[in-house]
Amino acid sequence: MLHIVNKSPFENSSLDSCLRVASKGAALLLIEDGVYAATKGSSAVEKLKQAMPGVSIYALWPDLEARGMQDAVLEGIKLVDYGGFVDLVAEHASVQSWL
Amino acid sequence: MKFGLMVNEGPYTHQATDTAYLFAKAALEKGHKIDRVFFYHDGVNNATRLTEPPQDDRHIVNRWSKMAEEHGVDLVVCIAAAMRRGIREENLAPGFRISGLGQLVESGIRSDRLVVFGD
Amino acid sequence: MNETTGGIDLEEDSAGTIKKFMFVNRKAPYGTIYALEGLEVVLISAAFDQDVSMAFMDDGVYELIKGQHTKAIDVKNFSPTYRALEGYDIEKLYVERESLEARGIAEDKLIVPVEVLSAAEMGALMDSQDVVISF
Repeated sequence: MLHIVNKSPFENSSLDSCLRVASKGAALLLIEDGVYAATKGSSAVEKLKQAMPGVSIYALWPDLEARGMQDAVLEGIKLVDYGGFVDLVAEHASVQSWL
Repeated sequence: MKFGLMVNEGPYTHQATDTAYLFAKAALEKGHKIDRVFFYHDGVNNATRLTEPPQDDRHIVNRWSKMAEEHGVDLVVCIAAAMRRGIREENLAPGFRISGLGQLVESGIRSDRLVVFGD
Repeated sequence: MNETTGGIDLEEDSAGTIKKFMFVNRKAPYGTIYALEGLEVVLISAAFDQDVSMAFMDDGVYELIKGQHTKAIDVKNFSPTYRALEGYDIEKLYVERESLEARGIAEDKLIVPVEVLSAAEMGALMDSQDVVISF
């Protein structure tokens, strides 16, 4: 399953809830304010690092760039554009947006 | 692949409708089909022809209308949500139509993937 | 044209396909409209003979609390609608245990019978769905 999180982990518990239930082999795409979770030095880093072997994590780079965070991306996070976003949705049997 | 989209928030206040539009645009560029874009909750506010955003910023409503015109994308506004929020035939932007919640379920059945954009 | 199904003729291309639809509820009632309008979608989905489940997580579990009286806030009390779901053959209601425990809610405080799942079980159930709609 592809999980999509669009809220900052500091404002909202969507990322926590998503990671709590996501199964091994899932993918997580961070979009909109959700991209802040993918940035180095933040307290969300540990959560993502722990999730990473089991869950493939992606971030939408247009949203990172819009927020001036494009140079602060955590290692191991794969960057995609909107075309890549479409590909991710196509590649996974189902998709869930954590709203 | 055939994608159904659901947009749960209105223009400008949330990024949801922008993300949905850019996703749809990328999908069409890749040769995929958009089965339907279904607007629910405050998403129905994407369908009013009365918006007049600043000239130097994107015109969200017109962008959707243009996508409907150029690519035949079906833009459906939920009647119950629309009635609550004052979106009616008389102020509906081009390319949008008002219909029932069944259209969302139908799109979920018919599409290969249904993607929800919201808060 | 069919009023119940929002103008859909079920004889068309959707007929015969049964998909697993899950409606995910993570928001409390009344503070926002998502719980109410979400429920309206679930009720409509009953007309399409799909395999429908509802998942309640995080503040969504608050939607199911018994004893909601809304007169003083002058908003319609829609909690009885959860009890009406059974009449529409929507009986698969799942609640995440961690969400209940974090909020100190016992199962007997809920307005309808539900199946309580662990986070891992909820995750596996979500993985098995064809269509997941969040509000």
